[in-house]
Amino acid sequence: MLRAKTMEWITQIRNGRSIYLVGVLSYIVAALLLMNWLSQPGLRDAVWYPLVSALAFAAFLGSLLVIYYAPLAGAVKAILGLAILLVLLPILGVRNTFLLEVATQVGIFAAMALGLNIVVGFAGLLDLGYVAFYAVGAYLWAIFGSPQANIAFGTNRFPLEPEWFFLFLFLAVGVAALTGILLGLPVLRLRGDYLAIVTLAFGEVIRVIVNNLDKPINLTNGPQGIRPVQRPPLFFKPWLYALGIRLDDPTLYALYFYFLVLLVIGFAIWLARRLENSWVGRAWTAIREDELAAQAMGIPLVRMKLAAFATGASFAGAMGMIFAAKQYFINPESFTFMESIGVLVMVIVGGMGSIPGAIVGATVVTILNLQILKGLSLMLNKLRQAGVVIPIINFPLSQWPTQLEPAKYERLVFGILLILMMILRPQGIIPERRHRMELAEALGREEHAEPERLPVEEELPPVIPAPEVRPTRD
Amino acid sequence: MRKAISQSVLYQALVVPLIQLFVFVAISLLVIGSVILILAALFNRPVTGGMTLLQFVIRTLPQVAIDGLVIGFLYAMIALGYTMVYGVLQFINFAHSEIFMVGAFIGVELMLALAIPSTAPLMLIMAGILLAVAAGMVGSGLLAVVIERVAYRPLRGAPRLVPLISAIGVSFFLQDAVRAIEGLLNNAFYRNYPSFPILNQQIQLATFTLAGQPIQMQIQAKVIFIIIASLVMLTGLNFVVNATRLGRAIRAVAQDRPTAALMGVDVDRIIMLTFLIGGALGGATGVLFGIRVGRIDPYVGFIPGIKAFTAAVLGGIGNITGAMLGGIVLGVLEGFAGAYLSQFTGGAFGTEYKDIFAFLILILILMFRPTGLLGEQVGQKA
Repeated sequence: MLRAKTMEWITQIRNGRSIYLVGVLSYIVAALLLMNWLSQPGLRDAVWYPLVSALAFAAFLGSLLVIYYAPLAGAVKAILGLAILLVLLPILGVRNTFLLEVATQVGIFAAMALGLNIVVGFAGLLDLGYVAFYAVGAYLWAIFGSPQANIAFGTNRFPLEPEWFFLFLFLAVGVAALTGILLGLPVLRLRGDYLAIVTLAFGEVIRVIVNNLDKPINLTNGPQGIRPVQRPPLFFKPWLYALGIRLDDPTLYALYFYFLVLLVIGFAIWLARRLENSWVGRAWTAIREDELAAQAMGIPLVRMKLAAFATGASFAGAMGMIFAAKQYFINPESFTFMESIGVLVMVIVGGMGSIPGAIVGATVVTILNLQILKGLSLMLNKLRQAGVVIPIINFPLSQWPTQLEPAKYERLVFGILLILMMILRPQGIIPERRHRMELAEALGREEHAEPERLPVEEELPPVIPAPEVRPTRD
Repeated sequence: MRKAISQSVLYQALVVPLIQLFVFVAISLLVIGSVILILAALFNRPVTGGMTLLQFVIRTLPQVAIDGLVIGFLYAMIALGYTMVYGVLQFINFAHSEIFMVGAFIGVELMLALAIPSTAPLMLIMAGILLAVAAGMVGSGLLAVVIERVAYRPLRGAPRLVPLISAIGVSFFLQDAVRAIEGLLNNAFYRNYPSFPILNQQIQLATFTLAGQPIQMQIQAKVIFIIIASLVMLTGLNFVVNATRLGRAIRAVAQDRPTAALMGVDVDRIIMLTFLIGGALGGATGVLFGIRVGRIDPYVGFIPGIKAFTAAVLGGIGNITGAMLGGIVLGVLEGFAGAYLSQFTGGAFGTEYKDIFAFLILILILMFRPTGLLGEQVGQKA
C-alpha cells in the first residue's frame, strides 16, 4: 500500500506534476510568513491591522482550498491538509488565541452547515428554524452542566462532573434527532414553502419558550441565561506537562475545543459523504428533484424526510452542546432567527448539496461576520478617534454616526449575499457534483446556464412521421 | 327591482363585503368568546381582586374583544398582501413584512416633518395622518414593485425555494438598509410617532351590568380611526378585485396564468400591479400600526408579518376573503390568549406566550386543514 503510494508520488514528480506541489507549498509558506509578520507586537495598533489580519487568516485557511483543487495525489493532499489543521494552525493559535477562537467558531458553523446541507441540499427541505436544534443541544448541557438544574429540580447533585460531557455529547445528538423527528412528523407532509414557514415558527417557539421558562419552574433562567457551564475535563494536561509543554488553562481550552470541533467535523464530513452516496442519499436526491416521481418509485417519503431532518438536527445538537461549553455562558440571544438564516446563507453560498461547499460557505461567512465586519468597525473607530477627514467631500469621520457601524450590519450582508447568489449563481461557489454532471449532460454547456432548465420542445429532434399503417378495420 | 339592486356592481362590491366583514367579526367573536366563557366556567376558581375566574372573564371580555378586533384588522390588511401575491405567483413574499415596516417609517418621517403641534385641532391631525397613510401606501407600493422587478422576476420559473430564499434576502437587506438610513439621518435606529393627547383619550363606549358584573367598554380614539381606515381599505380592495377590469385580470392570472396570457392579459403587468396593491395595503397598515404602538424600529415587521402570514394560511392562502377572516380570527384569538393565558394557568404562562399561540395555530392548521378555513384544494405541486 505505502509502496504503491510512494511509487505514485515518484511518477507524479517525474511527470512534472511536482510543479503543483511546489506551488501549493509556496502558497502555504507565503501565507505563514504573512501571518508571522502580522503577529509582530508593534503592528497591532495600526489602523489597518484588524482588516488585514482577517484577510491574512482567510488567505491562510484558503490554502486548504488550494490543496483541495490542486491536481495532486490524494495522500499528498491529505498530508498537507492535516499538517495545516493539526500542526500549523494550533501553533499560530497558541501565539494568538483569537485565531483559535475564530477557527473553532468556523468549525462549529461548518458542522452546522453540513447538517443543514443534508436537510436543504440533499433532501430539498427548506428549514428556517434550524437553530432550534442547536438550542436544544446547548441547553441540554447548560442545564445539567451547571448549578441551574439544582434550582429546577431542587437537589444539589449538579453541576455534573466534567467527565459527563462526553456522555452528554451523545445524548445531545440523540435528543436533537428526536426533536427533529417530533417536529418533522406533523409538518413534513407539507409542501416546501409551507414547511419553511412552519420550521421558522418552530424556531421562534423554541426561542420564546427558552426565554420564558424561568417560571413556573426555572429551567432555563430566562433572558439572563445560564452561567457557568461546565467544560469538558482537561485530561491531557498531565501528558502535556510530561512533554514539557506548559500552557495556561484558557489557551489549553481553546486548543481543546479546536481539536474537539475538528474531530466532530471530520466525523460529520465522513458521515455526510457516506450518506450522499448511499441509497438514503439517492432517495433524498430523488425527493428533492421530484417528490411525486420519488413516491411513485416506492421511496417512503415521510420516513426519508424524517431521516434527513433527524440527521441534520443531530449535527446541530452536538455543535450546540460544544458551543455552550466553549462559551461558558448561554442565553436565548444566541438562538435567534438570524442564526438560522446565517447557517442557511453558508449552505447557499457554498452550494446547496455540496459538502466542500458547505464548509467553504461556513468559513467565508463566519470570517466575514466575526473578523471582517468587526475589523471594519474597529478600523472606523480608530479613524474616527484619530480625527481623519475623508478628502474630496471634506467629511470629518468624527461626525460619522455611531449607529453606522459595519459590525451591526450583518443582515445587510446576508441579504445581499442571498439575493445575489439566487439571481447570479444559484448553484453556489462549489456546485454539487451531481448538479454539475446534470448540467453538463443536459445542456452540453458551461455551468452558467440555468440549472433546472430541461430541453424544451424546439431543441428536441424533429419527429419523423411514422410510415402510414392504416388499420384494416373501418 | 329587488333583483336589480342585488345585482348592481356597487352593491356587490361595497355592501356585500361590509356585510361579510360584519358577519366574520360577529361569528369569530361569538365562537371564540363562548369557548372562553365555557372554559372559564369549567375551570372556575378564585383569582386576583376577590373575583372568580368567570367573573373576571365576563368583566373584561368585551374590552378584550375590541382590542383583539383591532389587531385582527391590522393582520387582515397585511395578510392581504401575502395572499394576493401567493394567489398570483404561488410564492410566499417573505419581504412583505419589511414592506410593511418601510411604510411605517415613511409615515413617521412624514408626520415628524409635518410637525403638527400636539394640541392641534382634530381635523388637522386627521389630515396629517391621512397624508402619512397615503405616503406610506405610495412608498411601500412602489418599493414592492421594485422588489418584484429586481429580486423576483429574474427567478420566475425557477424551483420554488429559489425565489423564497431571494425574498428572505430582500427582507434582511431592507431591515438593515432602513436601519442604515435612519442611522445616517438621525443616529438612532428607532423612531417615535408623535403622540396627540386628543387621539390617546379613552372614549367610553358603554357601561352596563351583565351577570352581576359591571362592564366597561372603552376604546382609544386613534383605534376608531384605525378601524375605519381598515374597513375602507378592505372594502376598497374588494371593490377593485371583484368589480373592475383589473380585478378580473388579477383573478384570471391567479387561476391560470398561461390561459390568462392567451386571453390577452399582460401577465407581467398584472403581477406588478398585484405587488403594487399588496404593497400599498401593507404600507398603509404600517402607518396605522405605527400610530397604534408609537415606537417603531426596522425589525418591527417580522412578528406581525409572520402572524399575518398565519392569518392568510388560516383563511386559506390565495383567497382574499379568507385573508380577512383569518386576520380577524387570529387577532381575536391572540387578544384572548394575551389577556387570559396568565389567569387561566395561574400565572405559570403569561402574555409572553401569545406569539407562540399564533405559531401553534399555524402548525395545527397546516397539519389538519392545509387549505385553511375558506381555501380550495391546493395541489402538491401547484
